[in-house]
Amino acid sequence: MTATLQERILKVLSQVAPDIDPQQLRPDVNLRDQFDFDSMDTLNFAIGLKLELGVDIPDADFRELASVARCVKYLQSRIAA
Amino acid sequence: MSIEFNMPSLGPDMAEGTLVEWRMAPGQAISRGDVVALVETEKGIIEIEAFHEGIVERLLVEPGAHVPVGEPLALFHGESPTSAAPSPSIAATAPTRVRISPAARLRAQALNVPIDRLAGSGAGGAITLEDVEKFATTPAAARAGPAMRHAIGTAMARAKREIPHYYLMQTLDFGPVRAWLEDFNARRPVEARLLHSALLVKAVAKAAAEVPGFNGYYRGQAFQPERQVHVGFAIAQRGGGLVAPAILDAANKDLAIVMREMKELVVRARTGHLRSSELASPTITVTSLGDDGVDAVWPIVFPDQVAILGAGRVTDRPWVVGGQVLPRPVLTLTLAADHRVSDGRAGAKFLARIAALLSSPGEL
Repeated sequence: MTATLQERILKVLSQVAPDIDPQQLRPDVNLRDQFDFDSMDTLNFAIGLKLELGVDIPDADFRELASVARCVKYLQSRIAA
Repeated sequence: MSIEFNMPSLGPDMAEGTLVEWRMAPGQAISRGDVVALVETEKGIIEIEAFHEGIVERLLVEPGAHVPVGEPLALFHGESPTSAAPSPSIAATAPTRVRISPAARLRAQALNVPIDRLAGSGAGGAITLEDVEKFATTPAAARAGPAMRHAIGTAMARAKREIPHYYLMQTLDFGPVRAWLEDFNARRPVEARLLHSALLVKAVAKAAAEVPGFNGYYRGQAFQPERQVHVGFAIAQRGGGLVAPAILDAANKDLAIVMREMKELVVRARTGHLRSSELASPTITVTSLGDDGVDAVWPIVFPDQVAILGAGRVTDRPWVVGGQVLPRPVLTLTLAADHRVSDGRAGAKFLARIAALLSSPGEL
């Protein structure tokens, strides 16, 4: 389940930020620190996640998208809810 | 007959371009509108498109070469004559066709390689498996970084040498804007939400349309005001460099449209898919470094424009409200403008108008 969800998250990430190298991704490290993610990237990421997973993420939860690992954990709880 | 395909001029401030990569190969049939090269100019990486039909005879320069405007880049064999410089508007609308082997297409999908960014080395310019692998293993910064740094350096050196800058700063209580934005976003799905940078772009556009002296170009020893406001929006590239494509006619666009275009521009700017019309047309620029934690930015005017607006981060500061010192979120705006065109007093009016418009986001 987790691997599948992470794969889908990575797919979204590569769609909204096609200039990053997914091979270099470290799931536990903040996307801001790894790839200079900014607020526009985060918004595009959240939009992509909604299209992929059907989960509408409120602005207040955008901090949960800071890293892939955190994103997996958050979306697991949202999908299970 | 042989036709020279020359380095186009994509703006009066462009003296040369740096070939980043070819999107065509000898023997390849080219149609009008095909993207044939990526060229780095002072305005970033631009997709250069053919505007006539023909067969590629010979590529005359290698990627990395600095080529003056009007100098030949390649030779075509074709029936129709051509001129040296396609207009940005023509270049912006033409479609891209890609020839690629089935195996290479599958590999490109697996590696998420944008095939329209590849130069084919196969028969007739077709993209091969090897082309895909090579692109995928080359870091993005290595593909374009040095040329972009050179272009930025050239433009900024010219700005510092020729433009007598003056700077103004204004800090505003961002509390009401933040509250409005939170309320607006809370009632909308994620795809319809706004970032405050969209408010900033719209406020600058409206102010520039109202206050004369800041929207246009300084050319031929004179200010040439522009009627429409095309707001250049500085977008940082990962790993260094930046481009500033325009939100065209931003003063007359709904906030939702401005936001949507900004979202699209960010992705395209970082994948080398900007159109020449977007890069050639800004009449004023906005740069926001708030995401990077700075309180204020003192920007450099981009030639031949005459003003640039900088925004720092929104941060809590002690602020006097009704005679009391309270913690408030504040935003510092800075204006850099060209003293050949305007003075500090006009600049102060312009900056105050931007702040006033930004403080009433419901009216943007």
